[in-house]
Amino acid sequence: MGIIKVERVTINYKVGHRVVKAVDDVNLDIQYGEYFCILGSNGSGKSSLLKAMLGLIPISSGTINLEISKNEISYLPQVNAIPSDFPATVNEIVISGTQKKRNNLPFYKREDYHNLESALSSVELSELRNRKFSELSGGQQQRVLLARALVKNPKLLFLDEPCSGLDESISKHFYSLLKYLNEEQKVTIIMISHDSSHVEKYATNILHLAKKVIFYGNINQWIGDHKRVSCIH
Amino acid sequence: MELKEIFQMLSYPFVIRAFIVGILVSLCAALLGVILVLKRYSLIGHGLADVGFASLAIASVLGISSIYISMPIITVCSFFIMYLSQNKKIHGDVAIGIFSTGALALGVLITSMKKGFNADIYSYMFGSILAINQSDVILSVFLSLVVLVLFSICYNRLFLVTVDESFARASGINVNLYQFLISFLTALTVVLGMRMMGTLLISSLVIFPAVIAKKIANSFKNLILLSAIISSLCFILGIWFSIVWGIPTGASIVVINILLLLLVSAFEYIFKIVKV
Repeated sequence: MGIIKVERVTINYKVGHRVVKAVDDVNLDIQYGEYFCILGSNGSGKSSLLKAMLGLIPISSGTINLEISKNEISYLPQVNAIPSDFPATVNEIVISGTQKKRNNLPFYKREDYHNLESALSSVELSELRNRKFSELSGGQQQRVLLARALVKNPKLLFLDEPCSGLDESISKHFYSLLKYLNEEQKVTIIMISHDSSHVEKYATNILHLAKKVIFYGNINQWIGDHKRVSCIH
Repeated sequence: MELKEIFQMLSYPFVIRAFIVGILVSLCAALLGVILVLKRYSLIGHGLADVGFASLAIASVLGISSIYISMPIITVCSFFIMYLSQNKKIHGDVAIGIFSTGALALGVLITSMKKGFNADIYSYMFGSILAINQSDVILSVFLSLVVLVLFSICYNRLFLVTVDESFARASGINVNLYQFLISFLTALTVVLGMRMMGTLLISSLVIFPAVIAKKIANSFKNLILLSAIISSLCFILGIWFSIVWGIPTGASIVVINILLLLLVSAFEYIFKIVKV
């Protein structure tokens, strides 16, 4: 079953009077349960494509169809999405992720607190819950943001280079958590990644982008076609 | 000063009015200030206050109570500034710069057409506790309740939008709407506070308490509460000295805020050294 369908999408940016093409004629059909990785060098348009799928930036032509409610989508931005001196506790940041589109209540519900507990324990942050966000290390801060992304039990999770700047052991833990979510909780994952070893190990489907689609298919085809994965770097 | 004199002072209606309006304005400014400072919007208050200066000039020429003129003008301008910066037509700081200097110039031109030019300008810019009359108090109480209630109802949303706009947008939340709400509430606060604080100094009410509280608070909720407490405390001390020594109210409140900021910064610095 399809979860998101991208048809003939082109994204243009205006730089002064010049029009720069960021994404050129991309077609995708992503299914429920996929672990979908987007690869590409800097300026290949992968971030633009992800942001367009999230509805954060407008597309110039084509269509993006979400077969899922916005309330079931979550997003983990790049490291440093929140100013590192932001004065809030882990609890406050994580529970803010439970907020939904048409549900502007002045307080959180019991169910939200329950989800807060499970999100915190799934990223092993329960002990740090009352700590100030700014006092945490980079890896811990990123886990806070993951907990915020998970707290509403999304069916579709977008991640924008979640591990850039984190050290290897933390990244490993992070990836195995994602794998667990994908396999056990059936969360569809769409992720931008730089890390080719991770991609080969976990991804089910791959898009290699350089403004246009260079490769789009499942992981076995990718490994078959591209014995030299080092070319991504 | 003796206790008797304190009670005597509190029996003057203008002092009571100043206290009521001042504390409410301080609370509104403190709550919004936290968001404005964290989102780097704090100069919006300053720009709007300059627009307020122009509207006070217009009101005095027309001979109408200032609040009825300044409220619509400042609200419209706050939306316009927000619209310009959201649509990236021009940068936010440039939009504020254009509005504030433009409005200031317009205000001076209008005031100069009237007699008693200097006295008016001085009172607009630096504020006066004598400026609040009976009907202003009722409207002020009403407007500040609007700000406080809207802020409380939307607290969680405002937090989310302040922390991470992209995440809020990705969750399907109408971020633009809340940005307009923030600027609307700021406009109301500026309207309420500018006669007492003066148009030059009203933005200090937005900035100082939030900055001081940010140095101490360990959570967002504490930050909001502390900012409100600090703001009210500085107001009470400030207006007190203003009455006792006959100095301008706005300036007196700002000086108290600065002293507190220095004190807290010093403690923070010492604490850091001791910790290391």
